[in-house]
Amino acid sequence: MQFDENAPVLEIKDLNLSYWTRAGEIPAVIDFSLTVNKGESIGLVGESGCGKSTVAMAIMQYMGGNGTIKSGSIKFKGVELNTLPPEDLRRLRGSAISMIYQEPFAALNPSLTLGTQLKEVPITHDGISDAEAHERAVKVLGDVRLPDPERVMAAYPHQISGGQQQRVVIAMALLSNPSLLLLDEPTTALDVTVEAGITKLIAEIGKQYGTSQIYISHNLGLILEVCDRVFVMYSGEVVEEGTIHSLFTWPKHPYTHGLFGCIPLPTADKNAAPLKPIRGQLPLPHERPPGCNFGPRCDFFVDGRCNSRDIPMSSVTGSAADHRVRCVRWTEIDFAAEIAHGEEKPPLTIGDTVLEVDKMQKYYEVHDRSIAALISGQSVKLVKANEALDFDAREGETVAIVGESGCGKSTFAKVLMGLETATGGEVRYGGTNIGDDPVRTRSPKQIGSLQMVFQNPSDTLNPSHTIGGQIGRVIKKFGVESDKAKIRERVMELLDLVKLPRDFYIRRPRQLSGGQKQRIGIARAFAGNPAMVIADEPVSALDVSVAAAVTELLTDIQRDHKTTLLFISHDLSVVRYLADRIVVMYLGQIMERGTTEEIFEPPYHPYTEALLSAVPIADPEVTKREIVLEGNLPSVMNPPKGCPFSTRCQHKIGRICDDERPPVQMASNGHAIACHIPLEELRKMEPVIVVPKAEERIHVTQ
Amino acid sequence: MANVSTTALPAPTFGAALMRAIRSFGLLRESWVGMIGVGLVLFWVVVALLAPLIAPFDPNATLIPFQKPGAVFPGNDTVPAGTFWLGTDQLGRDILSRVMWGSQTVLIYAPLATLSAYTVGILMGLAAGYFRGWIDDLLSRIADIILSFPVLVLYIIIIATIGASGINIIIAITFASAPGIMRIVRGLVLDLRNRDYVAAAQTRGEGSWRIMLVEILPNARGPLIVDSCLRLGYVIITIGVLGFLGLGLPPPDPDWGGMINETRSMALAFPHMVLYPCFAISSLILGFNLLADGLREISLRD
Repeated sequence: MQFDENAPVLEIKDLNLSYWTRAGEIPAVIDFSLTVNKGESIGLVGESGCGKSTVAMAIMQYMGGNGTIKSGSIKFKGVELNTLPPEDLRRLRGSAISMIYQEPFAALNPSLTLGTQLKEVPITHDGISDAEAHERAVKVLGDVRLPDPERVMAAYPHQISGGQQQRVVIAMALLSNPSLLLLDEPTTALDVTVEAGITKLIAEIGKQYGTSQIYISHNLGLILEVCDRVFVMYSGEVVEEGTIHSLFTWPKHPYTHGLFGCIPLPTADKNAAPLKPIRGQLPLPHERPPGCNFGPRCDFFVDGRCNSRDIPMSSVTGSAADHRVRCVRWTEIDFAAEIAHGEEKPPLTIGDTVLEVDKMQKYYEVHDRSIAALISGQSVKLVKANEALDFDAREGETVAIVGESGCGKSTFAKVLMGLETATGGEVRYGGTNIGDDPVRTRSPKQIGSLQMVFQNPSDTLNPSHTIGGQIGRVIKKFGVESDKAKIRERVMELLDLVKLPRDFYIRRPRQLSGGQKQRIGIARAFAGNPAMVIADEPVSALDVSVAAAVTELLTDIQRDHKTTLLFISHDLSVVRYLADRIVVMYLGQIMERGTTEEIFEPPYHPYTEALLSAVPIADPEVTKREIVLEGNLPSVMNPPKGCPFSTRCQHKIGRICDDERPPVQMASNGHAIACHIPLEELRKMEPVIVVPKAEERIHVTQ
Repeated sequence: MANVSTTALPAPTFGAALMRAIRSFGLLRESWVGMIGVGLVLFWVVVALLAPLIAPFDPNATLIPFQKPGAVFPGNDTVPAGTFWLGTDQLGRDILSRVMWGSQTVLIYAPLATLSAYTVGILMGLAAGYFRGWIDDLLSRIADIILSFPVLVLYIIIIATIGASGINIIIAITFASAPGIMRIVRGLVLDLRNRDYVAAAQTRGEGSWRIMLVEILPNARGPLIVDSCLRLGYVIITIGVLGFLGLGLPPPDPDWGGMINETRSMALAFPHMVLYPCFAISSLILGFNLLADGLREISLRD
């Protein structure tokens, strides 16, 4: 195995990959070519099922039992990997080529110390001594910005946080000083502020070590932050590739263009410039159309040209060098003449106050059953999941609750739905306090008027019952209709409402895609004619184009029914797009609340400032102030005594932050910030996100 | 939208459900192991059903004792002539006929006992897993106590107390097996109760038992079906053992375990008296175990 150091780090030519299933051969990746030079960072982006992870597996020569490399070549520094004997491959994997997976807790062995797992890499591949390996591991742990590497070496995986685990996994991949690093959605399982830190680290590491990277992600914003070149994949094919600058400024393929129309960029607005979902669905791998795979969903489809033969990649001339696209009509389509967003919609008039949350508290008692706790008499500990929540929501309004995991947003939803009761304070819904009213004691009308859309499409519907049965049950339960035929008719109307065919009535959830299941979840929530709907991250588990369609559906239904929407999310870009008002929560407390404009402009709470900076934005012309938080989210079991954010705050002013609860300062009527820093100081902050004016944009000026 | 909905929607009926069950059973054809299991079980089911027609003799008729397999019965005033294909026992009863009739006993009591154990176990498991708290503590500790007894001792105590009869066998088996089933169900419920569709049912104010039986239980059916096939095998062993210990069905009705018990002292001289009932028991249990393996294979594949 002789490497040619002058050859590109990775060169893939005309690669075709297939899986064998009961249905026969399924081509997963078709005609894939890619070259990675030294130190270069390549982004592979696409929706689920587009074949991006399959490419990574093929590079590792690890296609599983039913996958095969049909044709083409994969050359690593001039060495053909497809014909390499297993023994050579084994030496290559984990040393010259390393891979980082999505879930760090699954990548680390829970029963070995991190030190043992880290040292194993250089000991196996470089044959060095234990002491030397230890020294090297400590150094790399420092490089991935882990505080106190010696402590981490002695720890087990469960003793460190998710973000730290991912840093250890990255350190492990870097230990053998690989030439190529494959990253498969490395931050998807992490919180936004933690994700920002890891993303920055990955970008820095690439430069510091000169490692080439292939970064796989569904998030165009992240790709923009870490990569030099980007490949957009659709249904097994690369549809467009180019430099970050060229592809993000002048996308040529209708699919790429459509993707940008689906992302809630800062320029999108739910009334003036709504999202423009791509119509139709991703074709199943064995039902791909002839010619262009995107044809059936494309607005520029021309019969006879787009579906006559396989479309080759062609080089884009003019605007930018080194930009290729798989479309026969790319020279003819004038995207500038097309409206990039959906049709303008009338804004919803805001009515009277529907929901008032007044100093609501929810404490959980945690029983410590250890003998030590019994002896000391401190066997009951209070976990303050929600502390003095204060906000309201009006008819037709969208209020977003934003925060990272453990901030108490789901606990609040549970209290509102009556699955838990409040410990203190009041939750007034339509004038009556429902805070200590469990769902059992609420009237069917009350329950029906307050419904929920859940996060996980695979979980939201009961796999054992038909769609019609599940929605029908809700209608019957809420007393909307009682006659069998009428219930059936109402279910049909609801299916129309969420734009699904009526014969879904007899289908079962497993026959539906994720987006369709989420639509049924929405139909079910609206079955009782609710006045208020709580949506708990309803689109975060969906693909970009599907998420856009579901988001638009939700706002359309809201518009027609004047529903109050309580939108729970961690994603500030969706929140900015959807919400009229925003509540920012951290460790069970409200840090800041106000209208969407007030939240996105100074004065900021320091946590809001960091959150805004952490959200990746898929627009190269938007400038963002970089704020990366240090440290981890404290445990809810043991929160800081003073301001909950004091342990990570970038503007901490001293002891007062640690010791005293911050006062709630009113920046304007309705804009509240809980912080010790005086308002005048907060007002002096620079905006985090700056969006250029439409006429200053590059594709307009050039 | 009227033109969209012209497709006739067949209302979900019992017939449709039956068809679906048959079709999913058809999946078994993809597992060789499962097919052998089905074959063995079906064989015994057919034998049990046809025993009155195909058994050559009355199982309780005392004809000629100690006959070797293949001996010919010349016939007498009441019983016509025939062959003792598997020989006769010490009282002169035809072993083939007794094995055939015995399959009826086993195939009636084993499924009934399993069903009864499952009903109790599922209800306990649902309650423990769904309500948690003191109900879980109480039920789990009861289960622990029952499971900590040696099973045989437990059977002997129960049967000796309440007497040997078909119903009592079912009661004894239910008592001893339900805690194990409860543990399986409880584990499944602990996972399933956190699903969003359960939360959706809770937030629309459904009653606890409806959530347990309609929302949770159907989704736990996969592992439970596999387990019930295995357990059916164990119950057959148990019924055999009870018969062997003399705690089974009261004589003279044929019962495989009882047949072995009555003739074991003569096993060395007349092995056929013991061996054939043994073969019957093990082939039926093997059938159920292979069936369970096949079902598991299929459930893992999808």
